Amino acid sequence: MAPLLEIKDLKVSFDTDDGVVHAVDGVSWSIEPGKTLGIVGESGSGKTVGGLSLLGLTRSARTEISGEAIFDGRNLLDLSDEELRSVRGGPISMIFQDPLSSLHPYFRVGSQIVEAIQAHQKLSDAEARDRAIELLGLVGIPDPALRVDSWPHEFSGGMRQRAMIAMALANEPKLLIADEPTTALDVTVQAQVLDLLDRLRNELGMAMVIITHDLGVVAQTADEIAVMYAGRLVERASAEELFSAPQHPYTWGLLRSIPRLDSPPGEPLIPIDGRPPSLINRPTGCAFAPRCPYAGPSCLVEPPALTPAGGVDHSAACVLDVSARAKAWKALAAGGGPDDAKGILGVES
Amino acid sequence: MSEPLLQVQDLTKHFPITRGVVFQRQVGAVQAVDGVSFDVQRGETLGLVGETGCGKSTTARMIARLLEPTSGSMMFEGRDLATLKGRDLKAARRDIQMVFQDPYSSLNPRKRVGSIIEEPFRIHGVLDSADARRKRVQELMDRVGLNPEHYNRYPHEFSGGQRQRIGVARAIALEPKLLIADEPVSALDVSIQAQILNLLSDLQNDLGLTMIFIAHDLSVVRHMCDRVAVMYLGRIAELASNEDLYASPRHPYTQALLSAVPQPDPSRKGDRVVLGGDIPSPANPPSGCRFHTRCPYADEVCKTTEPQGDQLGGAVVACHHPLAG
Repeated sequence: MAPLLEIKDLKVSFDTDDGVVHAVDGVSWSIEPGKTLGIVGESGSGKTVGGLSLLGLTRSARTEISGEAIFDGRNLLDLSDEELRSVRGGPISMIFQDPLSSLHPYFRVGSQIVEAIQAHQKLSDAEARDRAIELLGLVGIPDPALRVDSWPHEFSGGMRQRAMIAMALANEPKLLIADEPTTALDVTVQAQVLDLLDRLRNELGMAMVIITHDLGVVAQTADEIAVMYAGRLVERASAEELFSAPQHPYTWGLLRSIPRLDSPPGEPLIPIDGRPPSLINRPTGCAFAPRCPYAGPSCLVEPPALTPAGGVDHSAACVLDVSARAKAWKALAAGGGPDDAKGILGVES
Repeated sequence: MSEPLLQVQDLTKHFPITRGVVFQRQVGAVQAVDGVSFDVQRGETLGLVGETGCGKSTTARMIARLLEPTSGSMMFEGRDLATLKGRDLKAARRDIQMVFQDPYSSLNPRKRVGSIIEEPFRIHGVLDSADARRKRVQELMDRVGLNPEHYNRYPHEFSGGQRQRIGVARAIALEPKLLIADEPVSALDVSIQAQILNLLSDLQNDLGLTMIFIAHDLSVVRHMCDRVAVMYLGRIAELASNEDLYASPRHPYTQALLSAVPQPDPSRKGDRVVLGGDIPSPANPPSGCRFHTRCPYADEVCKTTEPQGDQLGGAVVACHHPLAG
């Protein structure tokens, strides 16, 4: 199937007083209609900046953006601000992490949704209001006809996020970019919002990019997962394969460092040593090499490209041998330590 | 069983809601914590878990006497923390230390790391000579995995994970008997969280610390704690050993909370009990069982009668219709 959105070699850098920050450094991905792509990464990995840049939200005199983002035959990165305005909130819309600061405190919830509708559709005030009520009902706000006149502060966190989703859906987008949509919410409310997003995606047939740091959230929502580290994609695979046969040592580290409800309690966690690199002075080779227990001299030469790694559409950016990596993960997953994996990978310990 | 280190009885904190500027009158109260009782045994880690507004942090702050309890008692080594004053309170505080959630706002940005960590010594008049303090601080920095040479740096020169290590070093400086960790990892990145959790476990083993560990993340609590108290709207819904709570939750809220945690396992997509509705306001909590408005098993009794904490096996469950174990 032809992709709905295809990103090629996206680069975003910010000129700051401390130096040039390479927030996104050559990222390519695509998404098909109706699918969900999860983008996982820690803070500073460039996952949010990538999403914002697609919609022109990082444009400024000190930002440099290059690459391509082909949507409906047009390169989003080449569009004028005027043209982008018709895309934003229309065919592509976005929801943000913090539902309180994303809603304007001085305007009623309904009137903010009406504004989003009228920006893209020629509807009278009364028609747009009816549509806003319909949308609030769709996202599960009780008594939408009453709640349409509420103020944002009268809504709970979960309801605000529902209102943001209603606004994002106002113009039947083909693609919804959800940036940490549930991070600010409690777990029981997070479960409600994730269910809602999944239901809406099925009913409305839209595609969704879900950006998060939470591996649990992507496992529950995404068809495909892309893992970002220091501005680059390090691994891309189907959700099943990423969790069952991960190929990049960073992904291994992430999976092994989180406590899980089904792992034996008290079992020591295996943290990733060190911390993410500065995006101003990046390491010359693989950005993960300074923290990677398996890094050797070949890792320090140049940043590895994404190359096929095992299964269908599975790729990883690592110079180590593919089949050795598969065996190493099996050893790690069976409870082995880094030394076992080092032996398999042929790295000196 | 030996005497518990801390016995909390009917601990309550109501924050008044007032109207008027000059003549303030109380029009209500946020019942942040409402009759909470639990024991903490020596050497164990007790987890307090719950969603926003359940009162877990308020409980912790009362134990550290950063907040005054409205009523209730907290027996710590034969004395009631709730009524201590002056010199006695200061002495008790030496034994109870806290690690805070936000490693950015819990360190004074104008002070050097060395003086942040040595402040407990100065306050309590331990280690009079500056040299001795400095030596001890550097030992502590080494103990929590910081470079002791960074003694003279400022907090902003450290990453989030390192700042949290500074917070931990400050908290263990006086070798407290009880360490309260309030969401110590929720502000940190996933790859850093494990570093801090392992540090806390190591310290606990080495120093024989008793710990109250507060978190909203059930997987983290399961990893760290011996017993877990699940709180909802200012009350304890269920208090059980780690194994029992996670293997067979008895309170419907515990069950829903556990099932809501998204698991990093795509094969378990969608097998969740999703609770409807939002958490009610603690200023106007529901009658009877506070969970009845969202509980799938609630009936008439639950609306009218408040459940008492009943012993069920080793667990205490505040529910009229507990789930089969």
